[in-house]
Amino acid sequence: MHLLSKETNINFVGIRKFALAFSAILLLISVYSIVTNSLNFGIDFTGGTMIEVGYPQPVDLGEIRTTLEQGGFEDALVQNFGSLTEVLIRLPVIETENMAELSNKVVALLQSEQTDALEVRRVEFVGPQVGEELTEDGGLAMVYALIGILIYVALRFEYRFAIASVLALVHDVIITVGIFSLFRLDFDLTVLAAILAVIGYSLNDTIVVFDRIRESFLKMRKAEPLEVINTSINATLGRTIMTSMTTLLVVFALFIFGGEVIHAFATALLIGILVGTYSSIYVAGTAVLLMGVTKTDLMPPEKDEDNEINPDGSQV
Amino acid sequence: MNRYPLWKNLLVVVVIVTAIIYAMPNLFGDDPAVQVSAGRLNSVDLQLVNEIESTLKQADIPYKGVVLEENRLLIRFSDANEQLKARELIQQSLSDDDYIVALNLAPNTPQILRSMGAKPMNLGLDLRGGVHFLMEVDMDTVLKQTLESYASDIRILLRDKTIRYTQVNVNGDVLTFGFRQEADRDAAVSEINREHNELIAVIDENADRPTVAIQLNEATVRETQTLALQQNITTLRNRINELGVAEPTVQQQGQERIVVQLPGVQDTAQAKKILGATATLEFRLVDFENDVQDALNGRVPANSELFYHRDGRPYLLNKRVMLTGEHVINAASTIDGQSGSPAVSVTLDGQGARIFSNITRDNIGNPMSVVFIESKIETQIIDGEEVSVRRQLPEIISVATIRDQLGKKFQITGLDSTTEARDLALLLRAGALAAPIDIVEERTVGPSLGQENIDQGFASVMIGFALVLVFMIIWYRVFGAVANLALAANLVLIVALLSMLQATLTMPGIAGIVLTVGMAVDANVLIFERIREELRSGNSPRASIDAGYSKAFSTIADANITTLIAAIVLFGFGTGTIKGFAVTLSLGILTSMFTAIVGTRMVVNLIYGRQQRPKLSI
Repeated sequence: MHLLSKETNINFVGIRKFALAFSAILLLISVYSIVTNSLNFGIDFTGGTMIEVGYPQPVDLGEIRTTLEQGGFEDALVQNFGSLTEVLIRLPVIETENMAELSNKVVALLQSEQTDALEVRRVEFVGPQVGEELTEDGGLAMVYALIGILIYVALRFEYRFAIASVLALVHDVIITVGIFSLFRLDFDLTVLAAILAVIGYSLNDTIVVFDRIRESFLKMRKAEPLEVINTSINATLGRTIMTSMTTLLVVFALFIFGGEVIHAFATALLIGILVGTYSSIYVAGTAVLLMGVTKTDLMPPEKDEDNEINPDGSQV
Repeated sequence: MNRYPLWKNLLVVVVIVTAIIYAMPNLFGDDPAVQVSAGRLNSVDLQLVNEIESTLKQADIPYKGVVLEENRLLIRFSDANEQLKARELIQQSLSDDDYIVALNLAPNTPQILRSMGAKPMNLGLDLRGGVHFLMEVDMDTVLKQTLESYASDIRILLRDKTIRYTQVNVNGDVLTFGFRQEADRDAAVSEINREHNELIAVIDENADRPTVAIQLNEATVRETQTLALQQNITTLRNRINELGVAEPTVQQQGQERIVVQLPGVQDTAQAKKILGATATLEFRLVDFENDVQDALNGRVPANSELFYHRDGRPYLLNKRVMLTGEHVINAASTIDGQSGSPAVSVTLDGQGARIFSNITRDNIGNPMSVVFIESKIETQIIDGEEVSVRRQLPEIISVATIRDQLGKKFQITGLDSTTEARDLALLLRAGALAAPIDIVEERTVGPSLGQENIDQGFASVMIGFALVLVFMIIWYRVFGAVANLALAANLVLIVALLSMLQATLTMPGIAGIVLTVGMAVDANVLIFERIREELRSGNSPRASIDAGYSKAFSTIADANITTLIAAIVLFGFGTGTIKGFAVTLSLGILTSMFTAIVGTRMVVNLIYGRQQRPKLSI
């Protein structure tokens, strides 16, 4: 099939004002939501207890809430998880309780109200100290990844490319996190891992475009930077869309068939890949242009002279 | 020329064949099994195999086979029901002996693969079910305990030197002594610093009366913490043996934490109780005047008590306890300077040394024993209610003859091996300083959820894989089929590498594999798009293939290296679950570089390499 193999010539950079406006709006909404709404942090970060129990038949969540309230767990959050017979109970850190024993108490309490045996499918308890450390380490990991990438791209390309690629990444991360905040989606450790994977993925995309921009700058000696960047984005468009498609396909498989535990992870990847694909087409190239990269920035020094000798762009 | 040299073709073939062999053990699944491992006193041998086999035959429980490995015995069954019944039975029949009977899984790897060292991947707790605890040693209390034992030492030191002090305090990590006179204070500082080079004593200028502030020096703090951690790991290992877990993990994490993983454990309440118990030590004199046999027959003398050694021998010990573990500052395995045989050197605090020296002076030539008391918490039903009862399990860990009047430092000699010396030292420390330990993280996964995770993980890998295969064939036809071969090879390579490294596969690890499947074709997409481009600009098919591969290479390398940077950062950040994702993602990136570039080129060359002007199906 050759839907995209015709040479496209879409003026991506020409509509950069719209793209920039669009990104700016998304970023504003995201930042606003993150600041006012914060994130629906999972117990990995806040500390607390999460218990998933399976009942033999569908249960009334109201009854479970009442049971827990009577047992002294007023702060328990009760919801179905995946199906009507599975219930997820979340408890915040309670200073006066021995947190490690809490899950056993809750399970015993629920069992006492139930004639059939209920099955404890999963228990997660994270102490507040551990949660704090994970939050801190997670933030640091994000920063280290960005710095590492900044250095590598600066060495392989040029510092303006490095800054542009990191800008595109920060753009992707903020919008992905913003969507999680806006829709109150659970933000747990796996989501953090997914966002780091998105950083890797989106960068992959951006690098491919940059690589082509560098190549085109050397080839199209007379062309304006805008034209060079446009051509490069068009030349790599087929690849950008193909790879996004295959990756989206597998992440969809994970989203649909991977089960509840991996759901938040798959959601973050889906959002991140879409945003990352958009940014490598519309944002990264524009950022390079705005930073004023010209072909001389990419010339190896000795070739500069050739450039003057052969103004027609031919090479000896 | 679009042909690979022979060695390159061979390289690809050898790599793929090796990968297939080492990935294969994962196809054969596991049998439910009962594992019997030896305790301290005995070993698993053929006699035990015969015993167990006849027990099972008598009870008419069919089993598939018995494997005798180093230190353990695996009995395979065809279903979980038989496995449970058999465990109960074996546990009963071996109850008198010191064996650990646990449920386990025995991989069905054929002998020929096993002989090549091929083993299946390990499954993480989220896939096989079990408990993960992160435990934290309360180091503040550990340091406080250490300072308190020094406090009694220093009291004696000051008394000996007739320096009068008024009050003694331990506050956080500082020990303070108050004095009436500044002269006493100054004398104390110099005495303490001379006597204890592991302490730093200084004049506390801020106090309203003459005061000396004493702290442990940095090296000692570190050493104390390391010892506390080690001794907790030892105690935890001992207690886990009680739980009957097949393949427990007890590992240090960082400076003050211990990871405990118990595959297959469901009763977390029981596990927490057992892990949270504390142990103590008692030094007692052996009652050698009365006969142990009489005592065994029920006539225990009024002043004595009957105890058992870890090796099973009974002893009569004095009821009076000479000394308890709180006076032991340290115990370390060493070599006896005189005999050159393994020994344990024990250090007591000042008060302990005085008591000890008085008693040993009067008992030279008599035997003395060390009793290790593990307190075990058990749930009993009293008046219809479940009550936790603390039961003490005393056990003699050492009996030795007092050769001399013993003081602050003494040696226990006559040990058979350095291992024995090390074990004894660890037990002494474990009983001496019961460093408080808390569970700071728990992750438990039930067995049904584990199986569900495996099924769902497998389904998403397969479905994702199939979708990508179809997509690639539609898009790139013959070249797409070649990329699909590479993708399949890539999956096999990842599984083979994980198996060779004996890495643990977790749910996030599976997610990493899924993501790799999607991203691995990227290299081929880059190459194929380049080939199409070259064809469009009118190049010959051969030149297009060549240019496609060579021009795409640096892009592929750059793109993958940057992704690898992100994956490595993830690994470094990694708590257990995330590490799994990072590992499979990184491995996938590396293997995909090989299969997508070298592998596909080989196949493309084989298909089109000999034709003069091939018509490319791309």
